[in-house]
Amino acid sequence: MAIWLDGSSRILVQGMTGSEGTKHTRRMVASGAQVVAGVTPGKAGESVDGIPVFGDVAKAVEATGANVSVVFVPPRFAKAAVEESVDAGLPLVVVITEGIPVHDTAQFFQYAINAGGTRIIGPNCPGIISPGVSNAGIIPADITKAGRIGLVSKSGTLTYQMMYELRDIGFSTAVGIGGDPIIGTTHIDCLAAFQADPDTDAIVMIGEIGGDAEERAAAYIKDHVTKPVVGYVAGFTAPEGKTMGHAGAIVSGSAGTAAAKQEALEAVGVRVGRTPSATARLMRELMS
Amino acid sequence: MDLYEYQAKHLFGKHGVPVTAGEVCSTADAAREATRKIGSAVVVKAQVKVGGRGKAGGVKLADTPDDAADKAAAILGMDIKGHTVYRVLVTEASDIAEEYYVSFLLDRANRAFLAMASVAGGVDIEEVAATRPDELAMIRVDALDGCTPEKAQEIVEAAGFPEAAKAQIARILEQLWRVLVEEDATLVEVNPLVLTPTGTVLALDGKVTLDDNAHYRHASHADFVDRDNTDPIELRAKEFDLNYVKLHGEVGIVGNGAGLVMSTLDVVAYAGEEFGGIKPANFLDIGGGASAGVMANGLDIVLNDPEVEAVFVNVFGGITSCDAVADGIVQAMTMLAERGEPVTKPIVCRIDGNNAVEGRRILTEAEHDLIELVDTMDDAARRVAELAAARKAGKQG
Repeated sequence: MAIWLDGSSRILVQGMTGSEGTKHTRRMVASGAQVVAGVTPGKAGESVDGIPVFGDVAKAVEATGANVSVVFVPPRFAKAAVEESVDAGLPLVVVITEGIPVHDTAQFFQYAINAGGTRIIGPNCPGIISPGVSNAGIIPADITKAGRIGLVSKSGTLTYQMMYELRDIGFSTAVGIGGDPIIGTTHIDCLAAFQADPDTDAIVMIGEIGGDAEERAAAYIKDHVTKPVVGYVAGFTAPEGKTMGHAGAIVSGSAGTAAAKQEALEAVGVRVGRTPSATARLMRELMS
Repeated sequence: MDLYEYQAKHLFGKHGVPVTAGEVCSTADAAREATRKIGSAVVVKAQVKVGGRGKAGGVKLADTPDDAADKAAAILGMDIKGHTVYRVLVTEASDIAEEYYVSFLLDRANRAFLAMASVAGGVDIEEVAATRPDELAMIRVDALDGCTPEKAQEIVEAAGFPEAAKAQIARILEQLWRVLVEEDATLVEVNPLVLTPTGTVLALDGKVTLDDNAHYRHASHADFVDRDNTDPIELRAKEFDLNYVKLHGEVGIVGNGAGLVMSTLDVVAYAGEEFGGIKPANFLDIGGGASAGVMANGLDIVLNDPEVEAVFVNVFGGITSCDAVADGIVQAMTMLAERGEPVTKPIVCRIDGNNAVEGRRILTEAEHDLIELVDTMDDAARRVAELAAARKAGKQG
């Protein structure tokens, strides 16, 4: 078992014929994921490595039974692409695309809420991987193995770093939720799913400056999470008012600081590492 | 991108929000001329992207054109909380009966938008929220439905604006919503929104934050980019299309992935505490691919910062494996030498992840005098802080 992505996941890739889409489709297939379809408007009938390409999501779903979409389309087409997958009734849409205007994200998120039944992960995220089982996105599969740690992170490379440091213990599922101001799946959603997942024993939560998602996650942990959680927060040295790479990573006035997030997490018993490696050591102690 | 008041008011005017006549000036003479054109008493307002300029003496009333020139001369060049004043807005002075507050902003927690409105305007709204929360109305605005006439009515009722002003403010709210959506803003704020003794409602100040991700659909927003107040290294990095933020420290940072780079800054700052307060000099994310060309541009930017004494290249090879990353670093050194900018500062590299052993072998065999390879991020941060401290001490001694 794992969360949201398992052996029954049948993946379609929106934007599969683009260079990033093709490259990562091949990587997903190589890591054992079932990629069953691609969607690129105007390219119906083509194929990528034998995987059929359709002109729209509804036809791809009808023909292949796809139940997960991974979106690689450029920012200006992302909103329409996500809404198309929502209309097709897909339960999971993973939006890798970076640079989507936040009004577009707010609108497609609300669109999915109104339709009901579609979980969006991202945007501006590396995706979700259940090592050895399935992989929807761009997380490298060969840096870790299957195991019993659940991981949720705003950052892609810190996800990889943590998966690599704890590769001997392994992960049930790792979710890169993305660094934009509005994201479809939050730390709290992941914490709830890991808490309920019988194959996850402990959770690593990686946060960064901006917003108050980590503080809200801390409040959630206090009331709902009994599995051990270790945390890491990036951005203690970030100056106020500067966007640090991720569109959502910004300290505004006194809001969104790393110190406040660490404090909130520690107050509910989460052990927070000072560096990524120190955080990995905390998890190693827990699992030994 | 945060806008100046005069830029925010330009967008307000474009969408019908009532603002006073005014002109942005960068000299005292221009302020005199602007006042003559306006033909009444004016307010001369420092244009800075920071609050509290009134208290700092950056806002002055002037009765005549000569008076406005004097006031502008005093304000131009002022330093307000670290921000230099390069321009003033000269605007018609208004009589004020009452001051209100209205805004729309992105509500990250609820993944929607939020309208805020209060009869207690003209003061710091965070203070109102903290001390008199019942005077601040907060109403959720759905991203798809937007600020309909009904929603605007709901907001003005919740805020308790006086009957005579309600209709005007409701119309202004609909106009401000259009600024938010049509200009791709994440914040639109008017503080104060004033009621004049004759019963007119006006936006006397304005704050707008634009979404950088949406610049592709607003060609005209390029005019808002503030070159005077942007660090020259940041401007150059932008030309290379690099994600760079200038900080003040001695260790140049190059890494891949926003989270990892933020983390690298922290780890360097911790390590630097042991060496007399060595700090990171910048944020630079060269992205997941990290090709030789991008690496060369990144090193170029960081090495040209005169504050930098040593550089930390911290790359995790995930999508790109470490041998490719190592090749990139070696090629980047050659490219910089060919550009006539050979590297003279020590570079500590930590590469980990896919194919790390091969990547480290490539770097070791390159036998570059200034490149030092350290296996872990924490140890590498310590080493680069040590090198930077030694070079800094050498200069001072």
